[in-house]
Amino acid sequence: MSAPASTTAAVRMTYREACKQAIRAAILADPRVFLMGEDVARYGGCYAVTKGLATELGEERIRDTPLSENGFVGAGIGAAIAGLRPIVEIMTVNFSLLALDQIVNSAATISHMSGGQFAVPLVIRMATGGGLQLAAQHSHSLEGLYAHIPGLRVLTPATVEDARHMLQPAIEDPNPVLIFEHVMLYNREGELDPSVTGVDIVSAKIRRPGRDVTLVAYGGMLFKTLEAAALLQVEGIEAEVIDLRVLRPLDMPTILGSVRRTRRVVIVDEGWRSGSLSAEIAARIAEEAFFELDAPIRRVCSREVPIPYAAHLEKAALPQAATIAATARTLVKGG
Amino acid sequence: MTEKVHLDHAHLRHLLTAMLRIRRFEEKCFELYQSEKIRGFMHLYDGEEAVSVGVIEALRPEDAIVATYREHGQALARGIGMNALMAELYGKQEGCCRGRGGSMHVFDRATRFYGGNAIVGGGLPLAVGSALGDKILGRNAITACFFGDGAVDEGSFHESMNLAALWKLPVLFVCENNLYAMGMALERAEAETRIAVKAAAYRVASEAVDGMNVVAVEVAAKRAIDEIRRASEPFLLECRTYRFRAHSMFDAQLYRSKAEIETWRAKDPVMQLRSWLEQTGLLHADEIDHIEGEIAAEVDAAVAFAEAGTWEPVEDLERFTTMDRVPQ
Ligand SMILES: Cc1ncc(C[n+]2csc(CCOP(=O)(O)OP(=O)(O)O)c2C)c(N)n1
Ligand SMILES: [Mg+2]
Repeated sequence: MSAPASTTAAVRMTYREACKQAIRAAILADPRVFLMGEDVARYGGCYAVTKGLATELGEERIRDTPLSENGFVGAGIGAAIAGLRPIVEIMTVNFSLLALDQIVNSAATISHMSGGQFAVPLVIRMATGGGLQLAAQHSHSLEGLYAHIPGLRVLTPATVEDARHMLQPAIEDPNPVLIFEHVMLYNREGELDPSVTGVDIVSAKIRRPGRDVTLVAYGGMLFKTLEAAALLQVEGIEAEVIDLRVLRPLDMPTILGSVRRTRRVVIVDEGWRSGSLSAEIAARIAEEAFFELDAPIRRVCSREVPIPYAAHLEKAALPQAATIAATARTLVKGG
Repeated sequence: MTEKVHLDHAHLRHLLTAMLRIRRFEEKCFELYQSEKIRGFMHLYDGEEAVSVGVIEALRPEDAIVATYREHGQALARGIGMNALMAELYGKQEGCCRGRGGSMHVFDRATRFYGGNAIVGGGLPLAVGSALGDKILGRNAITACFFGDGAVDEGSFHESMNLAALWKLPVLFVCENNLYAMGMALERAEAETRIAVKAAAYRVASEAVDGMNVVAVEVAAKRAIDEIRRASEPFLLECRTYRFRAHSMFDAQLYRSKAEIETWRAKDPVMQLRSWLEQTGLLHADEIDHIEGEIAAEVDAAVAFAEAGTWEPVEDLERFTTMDRVPQ
């Protein structure tokens, strides 16, 4: 007897829908799991991820909070310690700064500070990134800042598959896990292979193999980087594209393995260059693989400005496929 | 010394004009958003005009204003030019912030308009500091700080009330209580929904006023400001109002009923004043038509100005990230 087609055929869906399915499945699977955040229930989520879920699962499991970021993130930490498995949604990374105290001073420290008596099995999801002309208080990519903090695990699902499957292992992780969803990905469609029932939250993945240069990216930048790789291919340059997936802890073996093969690397990061995640990756490559490089390490990052409103300025501030391709080209063909 | 509100023809005409300018400007903004001339997040003030017009009427030129992302009304009432505002919404360099801020981040040095803050509650501590500066520098000015009911949920509201009271600072806290923070109804967000009452915990004087009645708002604001200047202490004015439109341009409004919106629409501050003026014979229909005509021309001119505006050169992108000197 052959399996029904529906269980094997890939399903096309948006990234948003994949996030939503992940939340629904996690809540249905475990009575300790619930989601709370601003406008997640009645409004349906500021990026519509949880639309309809409160009706389906009840407002105890999809809980609206007042505008009290430090308060409800801290409550999530307390509830996690007390035995629940909360998923806290913060509308965007810019607003997570109001909860930075609880995330950095409590969530990230309690297991160590208590000598291992307590763990904080908390998941915090939030949107990140620019591209929607939302200006300087809604557009930043501050995930690199969180990747600086010991005690946290930082995930950046870029594909529909990761959006669908990274949540469950994040909930099972005994430590606080931050999940960053890039705003430009929510409407993006992708294939979900029903035979894949889970993913890890440990490794980076090679999304496109190539021999000439390694392009390291994550989140919203993955697709601009793949676009850049396509541009390079036309010129006969084969770029290997790595999707970091996990910003902390970094999967250095995958990055170094690729760089040792291609001997050239460009790191793409929507965060600002100074003191960034890209700086950390560059430093580690220099520490571990300096003598195997044929060219200097290059980076394509956001320009060092608060993201402006005007479309042409915003575009100029953010990394673009053409810039990524141009940077890789100079490495391969020489400046 | 109480400055009386004179309910004479000239003043009432002025109040109606001020509210109508905001209303018509924003109706145009709505259209321009549909045609993608304006992008990003845009939050309209439709229904709440009496709050900014009434409060700002009570301010002096030397006073300062701190506002939120829903600040077109405050900007126009304060005298920021419609041209500069519209150009800002277009993202043109002729805009009041050179197109870098957009709808949510209007600033204007000339009128001491300190933004345009899109972090809920973000403006309150800034208002405390502005008043502290005025006090220490011996300026006889107050700071009016506008914020929504949602900001009351944030710690910054409570910290700011206490700081202002503790340091005896001239801040007029103006809560625009429109009963919702996005889709979050006030009674689902606050255990004590009477916002004015909370002030007592900080020993701040307060009053709640009908925010749909511009004269009532102006009278209450004048009284509050007299009290601030007399006692050198902050004051919390809760203006009970309602937004007729969606929270922003992306809001299906699943959280409230059409009937509720209609009930509030019957209290439309612009219509209320207009029909009262017509009924009492203080303003004739043809004079109102004349005002409407002038406003329509001003809005058209603002659109033309914004259309003719230019894009800031990309080479200037990093300008103003830091400054060489403090502007005087
Ligand atoms: C710190 C913070 N959290 C969340 C948001 C998203 N947000 C923008 S406006 C808004 C509602 C604010 O409501 P209120 O203060 O009542 O002002 P209103 O929009 O009703 O004028 C929310 C939740 C934000 N901008 N800043
Ligand atoms: Mg409100």
